[in-house]
Amino acid sequence: MIKKIIAPILLSSTIASMSALAQEVIFYSTQANPLKEADAMRNDVLSGFSGKVQFLPQEAGPFFSRIEAEARAKSVSLGVLGALHGHFPQINSTLDGIDDVINDLPAVQANNALSNLGKLGGAEQKYIPWMQATYIMAASKKALPYLPSGADVNALTYEELAQWGENLKKATGKPKLGFPAGEKGLMHRFLQGYLYPSFTNSVVTDFRGDDAKSMWKWFQKLWVNVNPRSTAYNLMQEPLLTGEVWVAFDHTARLKEAFDQKPDDFVAFPAPSAKAGRGFMPVIAGLAIPAGTPDRAASVELIRYLSEPEVQIKTLKATGFYPVVDVELPADLPANVRIAGKAIALQANSSDALPSMLPVGLGSLNGQFNKIYKDTFQQIVLRNADVDRILDRQAKQLKRIMNESKAPCWAPDKASAGACPVK
Amino acid sequence: MSKKAYPYVLIMPSVLFLLAFFVYPFLQVFAQAFTHSEGGLTIAHFETIFYDFNFLPSLKNTLLLALVVVPAQLCLAIGMALMISKMEKGRDTVLYVWTIPLGISDLAAGIIWLGLLDQNGFINSFLFHVGIIDEAQSWLNYQNPWAIFAAIVFAEIWRATAILLVILVSGIGLIPKEYYEAAEIFGANAWVRLWKVTLPLLRPSLQTALILRTLLAFEVFAVVMILGGSNMPVLMGEAYNWAFSYRDAGAAAAYAVVILVLSLLFTLFYLRVLRVPKEAQI
Repeated sequence: MIKKIIAPILLSSTIASMSALAQEVIFYSTQANPLKEADAMRNDVLSGFSGKVQFLPQEAGPFFSRIEAEARAKSVSLGVLGALHGHFPQINSTLDGIDDVINDLPAVQANNALSNLGKLGGAEQKYIPWMQATYIMAASKKALPYLPSGADVNALTYEELAQWGENLKKATGKPKLGFPAGEKGLMHRFLQGYLYPSFTNSVVTDFRGDDAKSMWKWFQKLWVNVNPRSTAYNLMQEPLLTGEVWVAFDHTARLKEAFDQKPDDFVAFPAPSAKAGRGFMPVIAGLAIPAGTPDRAASVELIRYLSEPEVQIKTLKATGFYPVVDVELPADLPANVRIAGKAIALQANSSDALPSMLPVGLGSLNGQFNKIYKDTFQQIVLRNADVDRILDRQAKQLKRIMNESKAPCWAPDKASAGACPVK
Repeated sequence: MSKKAYPYVLIMPSVLFLLAFFVYPFLQVFAQAFTHSEGGLTIAHFETIFYDFNFLPSLKNTLLLALVVVPAQLCLAIGMALMISKMEKGRDTVLYVWTIPLGISDLAAGIIWLGLLDQNGFINSFLFHVGIIDEAQSWLNYQNPWAIFAAIVFAEIWRATAILLVILVSGIGLIPKEYYEAAEIFGANAWVRLWKVTLPLLRPSLQTALILRTLLAFEVFAVVMILGGSNMPVLMGEAYNWAFSYRDAGAAAAYAVVILVLSLLFTLFYLRVLRVPKEAQI
């Protein structure tokens, strides 16, 4: 019985892998991993590619393991790697230099700030910007009447957000704010790209300054009005849709379903601001080629295809990530793009906008860098530990990571000659 | 081939398999835990994990889970095994039904229990529909660590009691009927027969079952990850995080060594406490 079931599976998988060896470009990606997005990638985005391509989405951990294992074994089967900016430093040594590819894509190269990130702090291009997104706020329309008087939802301050949360709790008896603080949530990006810059105009250098201390104390107080299930939330679209949470922060791609399923029930708006400005962080995904790939020309062809304006728009529809090339967006876009797009533009163009870059140059210490912020949050906010003690202890760890990686400061921290200092 | 060589030839494939895919990687992990990334001996990886916020909580949670789950499962499994051994009809069917959870992966078991206990889960909607609660309750959040702990204990007991059960059922089958007949003649009631005959003669099986189950308890991972997430750190989960999220293979290896040391200590403990002198073996 079991043999009958297993034999065809084994047979078909051997055939699949044999044919893969013969011609397909394997497109290995940490992005578009949810089933629906992966399907849309295969059927809508990649179906127009002239060559053969197999799209293989994967979680970050196993993604790295396979790339490293193939590089070490000197038997590379992957063709194109798609991942977030923050993923690439960890596999930097396994990537092929692709100056020739970026020079061939003037439309992508034109966006200097983005294409320079693809050098990963070195001289050579290591990835080609593929698509971009950012984090914004979303709210159920039911929450809007409880905005503090005089507050403009499109130009909110963190004080007003706290007041809003309190009003909501008073009115409904429930904490209605929500943050993605689950195991796979992106809470650390909220801390690194939004809270720290807005309150301290810094991410690393002023990690334990007085501004940071009062920020954490403020956040401790705010948390009373945050749904305690937040530590289980990975994608805020789910609690927004069930109504557990009325006001939330998350990545645009992780709010997408809420806007698409109930476009009339939700609004999107820019992240709040504090005394240093309106901190926000762009998210960039890129495409790279592993050194020793079986058919480099085909990989380059696939990257070129994915950079075409029409394909970038198809990618936007499939994944909720925006184009990196300058392109006129058509009118028939899905609801999430219309709703989120406006908030993204408002956020980037607000008078007090304070863009915060993704960490650069941390290499394999990227994960530990994020851990510093997540642990600090967990200790101070969830376990109510003493702010000064935790910040002192974590600053030591942060200093160690910066010195080991020798990473210079990135915006909004002031540029440094050597490793970014921690005061 | 001589008859004497047969057993060795037959176990050779499994021994080779274990050497290649268990012993060899394990030695590598052990070496990794004590080597610096540039080579040379170091204990830095252990300093890293001991200094981490999550080390003591994860050690405490793992030990506590083992201390609660294993004895509870042992009692249940002994009871179930005794019931089964008294059955005349349908014995196999009951045994099959009881061992069904064993065939389910621990990840799936975690998801099943999350589906029951979650705020949008079955138990919540049941209680809501019969009118016991007014709205969905969130039990499994960081404010109720004991609820998370209890949920994991339930899930683990449901999932893995059958491991003990199958070993004990075969152990009970090995006890010769004569002992019970002799005990009855001397007027021993059921309780005395359990304490003086069954349990002492079950020692070898108890030893195997307890060692297996306790080691598995130290490796508890998927169920905890699903039900508790970062609110309930355990050793294995931390090892996974250090390997894949924080990308520090040395620290992950150090966690693996900590789990190994714990496992060794408990195995030695069981071997010592439940030892059966050679002359007392059946």
